[in-house]
Amino acid sequence: MDVVYIMIVVSLIIALLFFFLFINTVKSGQYDDMYTPSVRMLFEDEIVNDKVKEKSEITK
Amino acid sequence: MAQEFCYHCGADCHSSKLIFDEKNFCCNGCKTVYEILNQNELQCYYDLTKNPGSIPKEIKEKFNYLDNPDIVSKLVEFDDGETVVAQFNIPSIHCSSCIWVLENLNKLNKGIKSSQVNFPEKTVRLTFNVTQINFKAVVELMTSIGYEPYISLEDASSAKKKIDRKLIYQVAVAGFAFGNIMLMSLPEYFQMDEFWLNQYKSFFRGIMFVFAIPVVAFSAKDYFISAFKGLKHKILNIDVPISLGIGILFIRSTYDIIFNLGQGYFDSLAGLVFFLLLGKVYQQKTYNFLSFERDYKSYFPIAVTLIDKDKNEHYIPVNDVKKGDRLLIRHQELIPVDGIIINGNALIDYSFVTGESFPISKQSGDKVFAGGKQMGGSIEIEVIEKMSQSYLTQLWGNAIFNKKLTNNIKSLTDTISKNFTIVILAIAIFGAIYWFRIDQNVAFNVFTSVLIIACPCALALAAPFALGNMLRLFGKDKFYLKRADVIESLAKIDVIVFDKTGTLTSSQSQIIYSGEHLTEFDLIGIKSLLRQSNHLMSRKLYEDLNYPISNKVANFEEFIGKGILGTINDISFYLGSANFVGVNEKDDILQTKIWIKINDEIKGKFIFENTYRANLASVFKQLESTFELIILSGDNEGEKEKLSRLLPVSVQYYFNQKPQQKLDFIKDLQSKNKYVLMIGDGLNDAGALAQSDVGIAISEDINIFSPACDGILNAEKFELIPRYLKCSKQTLKLIKISFIISFVYNFLGIYLAVQGLLSPIIAAIFMPLSSISVVLFVTFGSNIIFKKN
Repeated sequence: MDVVYIMIVVSLIIALLFFFLFINTVKSGQYDDMYTPSVRMLFEDEIVNDKVKEKSEITK
Repeated sequence: MAQEFCYHCGADCHSSKLIFDEKNFCCNGCKTVYEILNQNELQCYYDLTKNPGSIPKEIKEKFNYLDNPDIVSKLVEFDDGETVVAQFNIPSIHCSSCIWVLENLNKLNKGIKSSQVNFPEKTVRLTFNVTQINFKAVVELMTSIGYEPYISLEDASSAKKKIDRKLIYQVAVAGFAFGNIMLMSLPEYFQMDEFWLNQYKSFFRGIMFVFAIPVVAFSAKDYFISAFKGLKHKILNIDVPISLGIGILFIRSTYDIIFNLGQGYFDSLAGLVFFLLLGKVYQQKTYNFLSFERDYKSYFPIAVTLIDKDKNEHYIPVNDVKKGDRLLIRHQELIPVDGIIINGNALIDYSFVTGESFPISKQSGDKVFAGGKQMGGSIEIEVIEKMSQSYLTQLWGNAIFNKKLTNNIKSLTDTISKNFTIVILAIAIFGAIYWFRIDQNVAFNVFTSVLIIACPCALALAAPFALGNMLRLFGKDKFYLKRADVIESLAKIDVIVFDKTGTLTSSQSQIIYSGEHLTEFDLIGIKSLLRQSNHLMSRKLYEDLNYPISNKVANFEEFIGKGILGTINDISFYLGSANFVGVNEKDDILQTKIWIKINDEIKGKFIFENTYRANLASVFKQLESTFELIILSGDNEGEKEKLSRLLPVSVQYYFNQKPQQKLDFIKDLQSKNKYVLMIGDGLNDAGALAQSDVGIAISEDINIFSPACDGILNAEKFELIPRYLKCSKQTLKLIKISFIISFVYNFLGIYLAVQGLLSPIIAAIFMPLSSISVVLFVTFGSNIIFKKN
């Protein structure tokens, strides 16, 4: 049953790892603007010219 | 006439329709934007939302001051001679296609490396290569596609604000520790004498202890600091019993595990701190797109055009302007200093300062005050006061603006906690003395138990959640408060002071004609002439006159700042100021009007009258019974009669009040032990807003303008003021009820504690349960209050 020591220590290490990852994401400013990224991800590929024409026909 | 809408910005095309590429545009700017976007294959801008753009402003010379490297260096965040990073505030960001266009700026100019928009804050951060595109060109590029950066004096003077994320870290640490400690403490709650459990007991306890250290030392730090500060000033604030509870919890638990007396209360400790911090987070709702801290610097330009003796133009930072300098103020520029007009026709819009919606015309030799916006052509002025000493800005020298904003009304929670703390300490000490005679071990146990269970968690959470929730509900209704405790102050108000112009009046005006009868032909002629003019007043009158248009306008001429003239069927029309048509006018210079002269005969004038907000009378009637109402206006008494007919008799009126007088007036009321709510809008109210217990700014457009205040109310919600006040009062009542509930919990807990019966498991169940039930009670309660009113 001494394996419990290892198990708990390992689980705590994993938990702490995620905890520090979270702190790092906060520090990098990821949560400062919660809105813009949600819009930005929709834009990426729409610049190609041909697609635009197709698209505008569909929307009409 | 069928209305046609601009393909780019969606505005009504009125008279000056342009057709390009088979599409309608309302102005040249919109057409240009379309062309630029078209050339660069960014047409899908138009697919994203219908009519998404904003109207570009004429940009000719506006940004010339950005050639001055001193000014530019104040605006950039990073500059190594090649790569420059700068953040711009762009008020016209309003939809998803704005983000798209701005983030594709690198397609319009190769010098721009990357751009990132923060939509809620309406800012864009650009990285560009100065060897390819300079700062000014970047600004002009953005302006040309309709996203004019808003550059003000504030950008230069204020240190870049740091985002404070400490509270998030504190909550994260407390939450993390809470979860893990609970996991470790759970086995001991259920099986007391199991072999394996006894084996691992000290290991589990050790881990719990280690996790509890950062909770006390880091997460709960602010409570200890605040309690210490309070005690130093001999105030028993709510943080004193909280710190006492947390401290005792930690010491007692550590003592317990060291001497192997029990498992301690580490889970309760972490849970308590976690919930308390959550309350703090909840109370801290920030509206990113609003600023409550603005002063005149947010509205004043960063640079001005100086004319030297040889008539050369220089751009200098506005702080360097000296008495006696000559400045050139262009169309649409703000006058940053008090001065005398040397030449040019001034038409000055003081809406920033007074809330007055129409420009006032001034001639050379007249004095102009800082804060006015020049509307008609360029003027030259001679500076008579430095910027910091002008009529308007000297107001900010007043101590009220330098004092750190602390709430002068003592909060309800702190008032109650004072008595609470004394009672709890008394119970703990008496309990300990009582048990000391019977059993010394139990005495320590009882003393600590009482302080642990009495830790006013529920008490401390009631106000943050009730006020925080009300703050959100108000926010949904377009009433934005700076901090949640403003609601508490609102509930105590007994005097309401209103500004008049811009606060009680709306920006929509009513146009009245007075003079000789005008024939239909005259009116058609007037309307046809107005059609040619782009002036704000012409536009308003044009829309107000309901007649067809004649196309035979000849010899049309517009004199900026004066008026317009033209002939129809050989009949001449003059429309404009009194001087322009040749009327010698003495009285009523404050009225805004257009004089009409047809065939050398003065016919009459169109008067633009401010209209009072709809529901004004009913709002005052509702407020009259509970509050003392005062109108404090910078205007003359002209409107007094009209107002007194409209409003209840108990309303008091004070006219001709200067900004400083307004501030002093509020101070005077406060010295009579009144709690004052000031409702205003212009920069001239800024002093009064800062001095009052609660200052609320009314704003027609939330994004553009509001002086420093405690809350911003959207003008269209003016009628709801009585409702907000009522809700605030009832929220305070709700908090009082929840205090009673938490007292019941506390005395139940103390009843157990004095008997020495408070085991860790009871504490672990009892403490979160009491907190959560109080939080639920106030949250639902405040929702019901808001709905019912």
